[in-house]
Amino acid sequence: MLKLSDCVIENGNFTLHADLGIEPGASVAIIGPSGAGKSTLLESIAGFRPLARGQIHWQGTEITDLPPGKRPLAMLFQDGNLFPHLTAEQNIALGVRPNGQLSPDEQGEVQTALARVSLAGMGTRKPAELSGGQQSRVALARVLVQRRQVLLLDEPFAALGPALKTEMLDLVAELIEGTGTTLLMISHDPQDARRITDQTILVAEGQAHSPVETAELLDNPPPSLRNYLG
Amino acid sequence: MKHLLIAAGLLSATSAIAADKPQLTVYTYDSFVSDWGPGPQVEEAFEAVCNCDLNLVGVEDGAALLSRIRLEGENSEADVVLGLDTSLINAAKDTGLFAPSSVTADYALPIEWTDDVFAPYDWGYFAFVHNADYSAPANFRELANSETKIIIQDPRSSTPGLGLLLWVKAAYGDEAPEIWAGLADNIVTVTKGWSEAYGLFLEGESDMVLSYTTSPAYHLIAEEDASKSAAVFDEGNYMQVEVAGKLAGTDQPELADQFLEFMVSDAFQQIIPTTNWMYPAVTPAAGLPEGFETLTVPEKALLFSPDEAADVRDQALAEWLSALSQ
Amino acid sequence: MVERAQPVSPLPGIGAAALVAALILGTLAAVALRAEAGGGFGPADWAALRFTLTQAILSALFSIGLAVPVARALARRRFPGRRALIALLGAPFILPVIVAIIGLLQVFGRAGWISDILGYFGFAPIRIYGLHGVVLAHVFFNLPLATRLILQGWQEIPAERFRLAAQLGCNGMAMFRLIELPMLKRILPGVLAVIFAICLTSFAVALTLGGGPRATTIELAIYQAFTYDFDLGRAALLSALQLALTAAAALAALRFSRGDGFGNGLDRPIRRWDGGAPIADALWIIAAAAFLLLPLASVVISGFAGLFETPALVFRAALTSVMVAAASTVILLLLALPMATAVATGRYGIVELSGILGLAASPLVIGTGLFILVRPVANPTALALPVTALVNAVMALPFALRILVPAARDVVSRHGRLALSLDMANMTFFVRILLPRMRAQIGFAAGLAAALSMGDLGVIALFADAQIATLPLQIYRLMGAYQMQAAAGGALLLLLLSMSAFWILDRGGRWHAEA
Repeated sequence: MLKLSDCVIENGNFTLHADLGIEPGASVAIIGPSGAGKSTLLESIAGFRPLARGQIHWQGTEITDLPPGKRPLAMLFQDGNLFPHLTAEQNIALGVRPNGQLSPDEQGEVQTALARVSLAGMGTRKPAELSGGQQSRVALARVLVQRRQVLLLDEPFAALGPALKTEMLDLVAELIEGTGTTLLMISHDPQDARRITDQTILVAEGQAHSPVETAELLDNPPPSLRNYLG
Repeated sequence: MKHLLIAAGLLSATSAIAADKPQLTVYTYDSFVSDWGPGPQVEEAFEAVCNCDLNLVGVEDGAALLSRIRLEGENSEADVVLGLDTSLINAAKDTGLFAPSSVTADYALPIEWTDDVFAPYDWGYFAFVHNADYSAPANFRELANSETKIIIQDPRSSTPGLGLLLWVKAAYGDEAPEIWAGLADNIVTVTKGWSEAYGLFLEGESDMVLSYTTSPAYHLIAEEDASKSAAVFDEGNYMQVEVAGKLAGTDQPELADQFLEFMVSDAFQQIIPTTNWMYPAVTPAAGLPEGFETLTVPEKALLFSPDEAADVRDQALAEWLSALSQ
Repeated sequence: MVERAQPVSPLPGIGAAALVAALILGTLAAVALRAEAGGGFGPADWAALRFTLTQAILSALFSIGLAVPVARALARRRFPGRRALIALLGAPFILPVIVAIIGLLQVFGRAGWISDILGYFGFAPIRIYGLHGVVLAHVFFNLPLATRLILQGWQEIPAERFRLAAQLGCNGMAMFRLIELPMLKRILPGVLAVIFAICLTSFAVALTLGGGPRATTIELAIYQAFTYDFDLGRAALLSALQLALTAAAALAALRFSRGDGFGNGLDRPIRRWDGGAPIADALWIIAAAAFLLLPLASVVISGFAGLFETPALVFRAALTSVMVAAASTVILLLLALPMATAVATGRYGIVELSGILGLAASPLVIGTGLFILVRPVANPTALALPVTALVNAVMALPFALRILVPAARDVVSRHGRLALSLDMANMTFFVRILLPRMRAQIGFAAGLAAALSMGDLGVIALFADAQIATLPLQIYRLMGAYQMQAAAGGALLLLLLSMSAFWILDRGGRWHAEA
């Protein structure tokens, strides 16, 4: 269980409280008005933003003060998920070993990951030579080889077209299928949330609420969410 | 870095070869050791007679040379210092680092040489050098009243600059400030050293430049160019006498004495005129090189004794600064 | 901003900064401790201080004021020969002072080209000597550096920003306010501080162009204290004053130059859509080129005849200079890269401060201090070349940091999060991400360091003996021996070598942004 106990996160003059737990293997959407603190919440879980108060536990182990790379999670950001001067393969290789120096077996793993995201044969291209969708696939291939127990998505596909975004989210769902990976994704689209996740955390009015069934929440939204959904 | 190590290795290798011979280290100013200066020929000539290794170390100029010796103090590497002039002798003696010397010779100086520590090796007159077709003023007062533009060196950083300061003081005494005030509008600029001043003069930045009466000899002999002359001033021209002395702390006292004796001998003296472009302290048996007879010779030589120079130096500098800072 | 984890450790950089500070302050202390009787400041020293500050402030302001429009014009325009022009503009900076002074006066002097033309029309020659002459000469030296540093700022603005601004219909002033002004606010204080510090230690230029003892700077007072008075205490005191002034300027600059980078951009070639004012741009470029290139042309013309009569040992000195420059460049990068990294990862202004002190340190004090320190353990003459390489590297450090720090900051802010989330080790981030992403800046900094080291007389004159000489020292020796023509040839050779070293390193490092 990913447990946030009595957490307080401060960002400038804005404060977010979180006291909630997420079951391992769950797929959870984070939804809420713009500026409510969705990204702030993910950054804190990932270790990029220290807590003002509280603890975070994963499977009973405290991870509150672990540096980002030592936490059992992988994260995709809104942008900047690839190093522009490295090829697709080299970018993925960093997920296997952070120094990028791979054994032949590990090289094979990279090629397999490339194939799974349908980029076989494109490994030597650099990000600038790939389309937006292909760049996202490279980042996902890296997440795949990272084999982390939790995957955090901070709207990495927001810049893609609706069809492409749907395709990517489906690819995420497909890739983590059966791996037991816990997925936390920020979403602006109730349809995405319904399709990919079974639970949703509502972030609004300075509070990250405990996860509830996605369908139930979206069918009977509280007032703060209703305004946002329109 | 590797190359540097190789270079350093090569250097230490060359000094290692010579290590079995006694080594005499002579500190001098940089232009003496340059390949156009007397250094290389002096080294060859002395090593031919001394069965030793002569190590010439170049230090910027005369004033910096004295500072270096003071910095190193009693355990200086140097055995002999060559390149101080009369305005530095007093300060040099005050350090107590120099040993008396018994060197004497039949000096061709316009003055009598009696110093018991330092021996002269060359000398010259400070003078303003100009193009031969330029009609130069005859003295400082005429210069001050003329439109003539001059470039001089800063006495705080240059030996000729200090020479000029003492020149005006020797010629005019208490009237020196008045002379400087009059010269202020003739001075195009003041440079750090001789090279800058002479370079700018050759580029045409001024009508005259502070240098030596022997400067035209270089142009005449080395470049076969007779277009430069030196102005003789009727109040007299100030002299520069360049000297060398033995350090008290030397570990090669006999070799140092031998070098000083060699310095006033023909072998050394005949090298001086066409490398250092100064008059040799002792006229070589073969006489001065052809061309030196064309040089203008001042009728009157001015020179403070080392004691007088030390006494008036700071006051003269203050007067100079205040006159030119108006 | 809350403190957060960083992808790379600042410790090596702090260590490098400590080494540099130890070198500069240690040599100063060595000089001060060796002093026999300490002299205080006299009225002449205060006058020197006043003049030094006046000329340094004016020189820095004029250099910057002119560099901004020139850099902007160069950033906006593409024309044949642009790269060559930018490379050539760097040349005044790397000339030995004496060569540059003569080149400058061949154009602007009483008998210079401009006065000749004026004379032809019956006008009096221009009066170059005075405060305005000092400022003119300092602008000549520093305008190219300022232009290059500011131009680099322009090139670090991601192409996406210009696209966005163009799409919003911005051009001219609007584009300037929206994108360029924030960049300038970030870059200019640092450039200003660097040029101020360079001019603070000016000596021969200020004296010669200033026309006399009115133009006495602190550095001249230090020189006087050393050689004329042999008052080491006063020399150390004056040198400390120089360091304090530079530190104050640097701290002020650091306060003003905080600010974030430009965020993410992909490696797209830079294209701009603001077409405004082509004629004004052309005029700026032509005026700057004429101002900087005419004196260079005179160096080339004077040197051409001498180049073929240059004696062999000038070429030997040139080889020595190339080796010193190479070593100096390596030392510089070993110091500057960790320091830039440390600065980029947080508030390590103290690291940057230690880097900028290299500018204010009087070469005479560093050299003498090193001499005092080295002498008990080794023969200073045998160490002449390594010591020269080291001191040259420390002197080039402030420039290198100005070039590297903004880029390092950008890389850390763009890629730091991703590297952290991948659990990348310090060294891996440094080698795989930071270095490749900064290739252009590293090349530029290395090129500048190599060229500077090649052209700088440095401390070699204090250590060298007859057998070793770098090219600048050999040029001084030639001039001291009336060999003005051979010296001019040597100066041209030096110019060619420095420019080539700069060009090769700068070009080799260029990644995407053409310059």
